[in-house]
Amino acid sequence: MLQIRCPYCHELRSEEEFAYGGEAHVRRPPHPPALTDREWGDYLHFRHNSRGAHREMWRHAAGCGRYFNVLRDTVSYAVLKVYPMGDEP
Amino acid sequence: MPANGQPRRLAAGGRIDRSKPLNFSFDGRAMQGFAGDTLASALLANGVDLVGRSFKHGRPRGLIGQGAEEPNAIVTLGEGAASVPNLRATQVELYEGLAAHSGAKRSLKTLAGACAGLMPAGFYYKTFMRPKRLWMFWERLLRRAAGLGAPPAGPDPDLYDKFNQHCDVLVVGGGPTGLVAALQAAGAGARVILADEQPEFGGSLLASTVEMNGAAAAQWVAETVAELRTFPAVQLLLRSTAFGYHDHNFVTILERRTDHLGLVAQPLAQGAASTVPAAPRQRLHRVRAKQTVLATGALERPLVFANNDVPGVMLASALSAYVNRYAVAPGERLLLCTTNDNGYRTALDWRRIGREVTAVVDSRPQPDGALAQQARAAGIEVIAGHGVIAAVGGKRVRGALVAPLRIAAGGPSDKKSAKEAQEPNGAAHWPVAGVELAGPPRRLDCDLIASSGGWSPTIHLSVQAGGKPVWSDAAAAFLPGEPRQQTRSAGAAAGAFGLRECLLQGAQAGAAAARLAGFGDGQVSLALPDCDAPAEAPQQALFLVPHTKPVSQAPPQFVDMQLDVTAADLELAAREGYQSVEHVKRYTALGFGTDQGKLSNVNGVAILAAALGRSIADTGVTMFRPAYTPVSFGAIAGRDVGGLFDPERHTPMHSWHEAREAVWEDVGRWKRPRHYPQPGEAMQDAVDRECLAVRRGVGLMDASTLGKIDIQGPDAALFLNRVYAGRFLQLGVGRCRYGLMLKEDGTIFDDGVTVRLGESRYLLHTTTGNAEAVFAWLERWRQTEWPELKVYLTSVTDHWATAAVAGPQAREVLRQVCADIDLSAQAFPFMSARQGQVAGRPARVFRISFSGELCFEVNVPAQHGQFLWDALLEAGEAFEIRPYGTEAMHVLRAEKGFIIVGQDTDGTQTPDDMGLGWAVRPSPKPQDASEAPAFGFIGDRSLSLADHQRPDRPQLVGLKTLAAEAVLPEGAQIVNEPGRPPVDMQGHVTSSYFSAALNRSIALAMLRNGRRRMGEIVHCPLADGRTLAAQVVSPVFYDPKGERQHV
Repeated sequence: MLQIRCPYCHELRSEEEFAYGGEAHVRRPPHPPALTDREWGDYLHFRHNSRGAHREMWRHAAGCGRYFNVLRDTVSYAVLKVYPMGDEP
Repeated sequence: MPANGQPRRLAAGGRIDRSKPLNFSFDGRAMQGFAGDTLASALLANGVDLVGRSFKHGRPRGLIGQGAEEPNAIVTLGEGAASVPNLRATQVELYEGLAAHSGAKRSLKTLAGACAGLMPAGFYYKTFMRPKRLWMFWERLLRRAAGLGAPPAGPDPDLYDKFNQHCDVLVVGGGPTGLVAALQAAGAGARVILADEQPEFGGSLLASTVEMNGAAAAQWVAETVAELRTFPAVQLLLRSTAFGYHDHNFVTILERRTDHLGLVAQPLAQGAASTVPAAPRQRLHRVRAKQTVLATGALERPLVFANNDVPGVMLASALSAYVNRYAVAPGERLLLCTTNDNGYRTALDWRRIGREVTAVVDSRPQPDGALAQQARAAGIEVIAGHGVIAAVGGKRVRGALVAPLRIAAGGPSDKKSAKEAQEPNGAAHWPVAGVELAGPPRRLDCDLIASSGGWSPTIHLSVQAGGKPVWSDAAAAFLPGEPRQQTRSAGAAAGAFGLRECLLQGAQAGAAAARLAGFGDGQVSLALPDCDAPAEAPQQALFLVPHTKPVSQAPPQFVDMQLDVTAADLELAAREGYQSVEHVKRYTALGFGTDQGKLSNVNGVAILAAALGRSIADTGVTMFRPAYTPVSFGAIAGRDVGGLFDPERHTPMHSWHEAREAVWEDVGRWKRPRHYPQPGEAMQDAVDRECLAVRRGVGLMDASTLGKIDIQGPDAALFLNRVYAGRFLQLGVGRCRYGLMLKEDGTIFDDGVTVRLGESRYLLHTTTGNAEAVFAWLERWRQTEWPELKVYLTSVTDHWATAAVAGPQAREVLRQVCADIDLSAQAFPFMSARQGQVAGRPARVFRISFSGELCFEVNVPAQHGQFLWDALLEAGEAFEIRPYGTEAMHVLRAEKGFIIVGQDTDGTQTPDDMGLGWAVRPSPKPQDASEAPAFGFIGDRSLSLADHQRPDRPQLVGLKTLAAEAVLPEGAQIVNEPGRPPVDMQGHVTSSYFSAALNRSIALAMLRNGRRRMGEIVHCPLADGRTLAAQVVSPVFYDPKGERQHV
């Protein structure tokens, strides 16, 4: 069970307070009607499966309820960085 | 023989209390042991050789080990609800009245007879899986035969709890290494938890004759523990097994608090009638440690030889423990076989109690270490360069076949190893394949064979913490790998097998862990005790002792005793092409038992490596996973059982429903009244009555559970227009609109009615079970994609109580309690909202309908819910108002063809599939590149994907069975023609009821291309063999023009 420091609550809390939000920095295409089915399908279904540092979203579901980004090592599970939405790692 | 009837109990010595005899029974036989015994030591003291029967072959089995590693003596304690299966007799502390069952009698015959004892590797795959129909037969036999215990009957009467704990340094293992580590860390000021699985600290020292600081080791242990107790920030946990090492230094520890006192904890002292135990039987410690020290010790490895499972073959260290700690001599004449100096201690222990040592058989050509010299000086014959190739005996060892060994030029058992020997560095790989017989065997008489094949560090937790084990030729063992977490291994767990080195490593690890946790300078400050442990000569790596016959023809050489996996099985797996150790594990079941292969793992890997012509390092070891030893479900559940298993949500009118003896339906976590049966009514009677009340008069339903999200802000309309597929920009104040919420892939996620309460304020309704998911979904888009939108969401589900007044008389009823809202059809039309006073309470009234009837949904603040409910019932009395439940609601909405998301949909349907294309606005046309693109709605792009346009997609239709009274089962499959399979599946029934209003059955179904098949006859084959024919019709069965809700 991970421990994550919520960047808004500034507390190190157990994973059970958080909900996973999938890969971070996946931008919704600004104009979907202009995309081919394949391009849209890539956005819908394809995500990175990184070995090592991985950028992902978490939500402090049982806390402040806010989404934030985590840079996490998928091998050691170490949390390398926690940063608010809109920031870059 | 001692007078106490324990024929193999020694007259003196040991850590048992002879003044406290304890009565117990084993398989119904009454016996006596002493306080301080384990069930295993008491059984041995009573001369019990047979403690179980083997899983596959039904061979008699005796005790091999003395702790967590024991594979054979697996017992069930007690009977009924409080019984505990799958306990190792070696870890069960004896208590007065203990009743243990081995399962040995039950096991065999059935299976051994059925299979004639022939169950080679891959037996399950080969025998049971084909033909498939026989699997059920085999499975029944196997389960009965397994003898691995049965689940308790009835609810567990015991109490369990959990502690969440934090500490600076967690030390696992309270042997010499762990004690020193804990003391060093505590001395540096760290908050320390020290956990050990045994009832007292000391670990291997409890069974040792070694002296520390010139006195018995036990004295040093007592002093060290006493010193640890002087630190207020040190927590000492006994009978506590750290069984799981999880992410971010989260360690789970099972503390057995009352198991040693009896099966069910003592009832509360005061109040004799109470059946609630006074104390939890077990406690699960969930520990977050900044640093951990794994001082988990090592498990001795048995040598593998023919018939090595005959009772009377034991681990050398286990025999020493029985002699030294429990004062039991489980035999008369010992033959000791060893590959190392340490094993000689057991021969010396045996001689010390005056028993005969037939010989020490040492595989090394010239053993001359200090311990070997001691043995020779004590007059013990040492047969060097030999091995025990087979045990002789049936239900008890009667002798051993001993033969000379030599290092092979080629390999004895496998042609591949010849190739290996030609490799320039082949010497490093020599261990297994490199030994062969150098002469004929001879027989030596004995009734006890103790074997030591070296030590395997207990690296389970280290592996769970992410460390990849590393094979060491020098230690002839897998050592802990580079840790991925904040942990370190020390002592025997790290491959240090000498006491001095263990103590030093423990102190160093304690100091290092404390420093990293922020305490001390990392230097060892303790004065370590002197100890008399002599230096040991190098050991020989030997796993399988060769037989005169090839492995495949030799008598069984057991590797995994619990699951009866032999060396021949592993060689067979290799011959059949299995290469990966993980695959071989699954193919042969090696290490799959409740002992998790504690004794078999390394031997199995070594034998496999030899068969594959590889080094052990290249072969690797299987993954160790939690739990280290079995953990009861009770401990994992803790107090989260019964009413605390999952919280229930109650509406403000819950106690009224309860008083009316409503039958409940669980929806999400909510308790909703399903129907309100009157005396003598069956469910269908009640539902019919409730439905007809709504269709003909007036009904009242508690709709408080619907998810409610308050949406405010200047961009609220824009936000709604993006998350809903419908037109929400145009929704006027005081108006309601049905909306479909889609996922990005275009499938229906949720539906519900949204009310515009004010210029920039909306109330969004979700389905009852989906409220939290919808809220999280909306927040996700608001926070991550559209932070620029000025909109705020608040979940207000629990803030409001909602009563739906539905039926032709609804207006008249509401009029009795609501004067300040004009309820007329003109002033308050369908799909609009008003605020006012109902029964004198502030209320929001929505004219929305899930029944198709005239309906007012009255919302008041939750605290007024019951008052409103009572007022509406009173007002409705003259109109014979009837409460109705969710089942009537389901029937009513199905009569109207209204879907329930999650029942009629399964996450793969588009709006068009459900006939809800009207609720979707057209997506924006591709625009000029120079123009800023407008956001459509979530999922819009996916609606035009090719697969979503497929003409043969299943579509929502109604079904009318040709026999009007026959109700199709929900989930029934639909085919075109009745007949034998294979037939093409055309769809399935999603909702099905008997409709009282129509006096016939109705069903909703998803049918391929259904909307173009109106009038066709389809068929539903049922599980009972019947096939029901039905006509495809419109999903709207009742009031197809929708006039009734508009009146």
